Amino acid sequence: MADNNHGHGEHKSFYEEGGKGIMSWVYTLDHKRIGLMYLVSVLLMFALGGLMALLVRFELLSPGKTIMTAQQYNVVFTLHGAIMVFLFIIPAVPAALGNFVLPLLLGTKDVAFPRLNIFSYYIYVTGAIIAVGAIVGGGVDTGWTFYTPYSSGTSGSVVLMVFGAFVLGFSSILTGLNFIATTHKLRAPGMTWSRMPLFCWGIYATSLIQVLATPVLAITLLMLIIERVWGVGIFDPAKGGDAVLFQHFFWFYSHPAVYIMILPGMAIISEIIPTFSKKAIFGYKAIGMSSVAIAIIGFLVWGHHMFVSGQSQFASMVFSFLTFLVAIPSGIKVFNWTATMYKGSITLETPMLYALSFLFLFTIGGLTGLFLGALSVNVHLTDTYFVVAHFHYVMMGGTVIAFYGGVHYWWPKMTGRMYNEKLARLACALVFIGFNVTFLTQFVLGSKGMPRRYYDYLPQFQTLHQVSTVGSWILGLGFLIMVSYLLASLKVGALAPANPWGGLTLEWQTSSPPPLHNFEKQPNTKIGPYDYGVPIPPKKPGTLEGAVHGTSS
Amino acid sequence: MAQAVDDLKHTHEHEEHPWFFHPHFTDVEQQFDTAKLGMWTFLATEILMFGGLFVGYAIMFSMHPEAFHAGHHHLNVNLGVVNTAVLIFSSLTMALAVRSAQTSNKRGIVINLLVTIACACGFLIVKYFEYSHKWHEGLLPGKFYTFAEGYVPHIETYFALYFMMTGLHGIHVTVGIGLLVWILLRALKGRYSSAYYTQVELVGLYWHLVDLIWIYLFPLLYLVS
Repeated sequence: MADNNHGHGEHKSFYEEGGKGIMSWVYTLDHKRIGLMYLVSVLLMFALGGLMALLVRFELLSPGKTIMTAQQYNVVFTLHGAIMVFLFIIPAVPAALGNFVLPLLLGTKDVAFPRLNIFSYYIYVTGAIIAVGAIVGGGVDTGWTFYTPYSSGTSGSVVLMVFGAFVLGFSSILTGLNFIATTHKLRAPGMTWSRMPLFCWGIYATSLIQVLATPVLAITLLMLIIERVWGVGIFDPAKGGDAVLFQHFFWFYSHPAVYIMILPGMAIISEIIPTFSKKAIFGYKAIGMSSVAIAIIGFLVWGHHMFVSGQSQFASMVFSFLTFLVAIPSGIKVFNWTATMYKGSITLETPMLYALSFLFLFTIGGLTGLFLGALSVNVHLTDTYFVVAHFHYVMMGGTVIAFYGGVHYWWPKMTGRMYNEKLARLACALVFIGFNVTFLTQFVLGSKGMPRRYYDYLPQFQTLHQVSTVGSWILGLGFLIMVSYLLASLKVGALAPANPWGGLTLEWQTSSPPPLHNFEKQPNTKIGPYDYGVPIPPKKPGTLEGAVHGTSS
Repeated sequence: MAQAVDDLKHTHEHEEHPWFFHPHFTDVEQQFDTAKLGMWTFLATEILMFGGLFVGYAIMFSMHPEAFHAGHHHLNVNLGVVNTAVLIFSSLTMALAVRSAQTSNKRGIVINLLVTIACACGFLIVKYFEYSHKWHEGLLPGKFYTFAEGYVPHIETYFALYFMMTGLHGIHVTVGIGLLVWILLRALKGRYSSAYYTQVELVGLYWHLVDLIWIYLFPLLYLVS
């Protein structure tokens, strides 16, 4: 700790400078505090949604009733899906990590509109209370997609739940708007677009989608509310509406929303891999541009959710073709990350382990997406566990794994403490194994015809279901360990040096945790974010219980 | 001497940080550009939100054209024309208010804002008479449609769209009035000049969008045939 001259001793951190007490958080305009409040909120939601997932898996341990009725089961899986999508995964990376890290990476003091930022957090909290209250209080059994005409007729508090999602949308829009303005106008002097860290490119592409797609969801949900309250027939065929119209509207948002979820995950991976390979990123422009390409193509593929919903064959063919196009920028990214590692000085600290898990799991998720994008195979696999497995490989194996990689990567910067590296590696291994046990089996279940969302199943599926449920327990154990050592690090963790991983992006040029205005002096943008090997040696790692620069050096 | 240095320092600081300047920006110009970009982005989200309604309108119209023909006969085209003219005129006065702010003409800002607010209120009053007329006749959306004569199937869907589109627009007009009153009060305090007129300009952009949306709503709802 003696040579830790960027740590606590010298400067005050934003924790001390911004004042003490609960009110200093409630009224804060500091992007770092807002990011941390988002982080705590989304982690709580992840815990709640995860608990629901464990309940769903437990119920499926045996055919027929295990612990709950069919109606309760419908409510629980709706709760799981809606919470994970609207309350966890959409805000997780952009609003929590993005808020904390984006201004640091850009070398600026704050986001463009700090008041809008805290406002969007309170909108999020309001929406979360409404949405969770609706499902817990009234019970919503529509699934997170709210398909009409079921959702326009079923009892339960659909209106309240939909209103909650509507409110949450505004939070997402305002965050996106804020980040777009920040990225355009507030970059540090010398940081041109082509010198921006790739995390910023990923968040920028995400923000574009948030701003352009979410309003359409807002109006769709509003129409659904009106449909129920006024008894109008826009989506209900019995009243002269068009049920497929709802699906078009819904997926016009919700497919791009899939990229709102995965692009920030990819953005994190683009930071972790060069840092732990100590090598310039391979194909900077290709990775940056492929984020934007995914954002644009992502708007044109929503129809692949409706191959069996009665849209015309021609439309299906076009959507299928466009869906295959998404594979190109995604492939570009995966190949470039791999090429970055080639001949790098790779060290396997926890964030890197998550990044490697991401590469492995996201590739499986992406490739199985091609099965589903192919028209003929899709007919067989639609609405089976194959789909469930596919999107969990992309969303959880991709985004959630990348999110936890990011949490571990920036944890020292956010809290000023190091976590226990050994436990962190153990948790990562458990999550990786548990995840594969849970969801690899579901590919098999799905290809054998097990339909998704079903409460009951044929006896021949039982073994695979049981394996999957055991996998969910391993997964749960991994997260439990993660929570415990992360919380423990706040009390007993060693103080973090300014740059524990030897990264070159700007956030490592300031103390851990940073001061209120992020940088004591104008950060140096003369070195590019990935100029490893340029003769400026990475900072000497701290002397901290083997937590930094572990195995291979 | 010390006093003089202090004064100098004070003036210097004053130049560096005028009252409207937020210190996380580098300079006033950057702050203005950022605010403007934010507003344009917000307007894009507004267009997409109304865009969803327009698509819903287009699909419903293609499915039930006869209901839309029948429905629009119940609207008063004259009132629609009056409201369109009022809003277009208010866009002119809004633009003049922005121009007055840019040229530090306080009287000009106040008068033009007052006229704009009056136009906006006039628009809502006309809308109120149109709504209450339909309320009494039972020309209402969905299950509330009770108008007996000449029922055309799905006419209640036309009225659902009518109320949703004009209602959402009306909410935007109401918010606009709030914003206009807010900048009017600040203009009276002499806050705006050629050095700082961001808020006037941004409210102006918003107001033009509200007008623009009405210009699309009017033919779609009143003149459809």
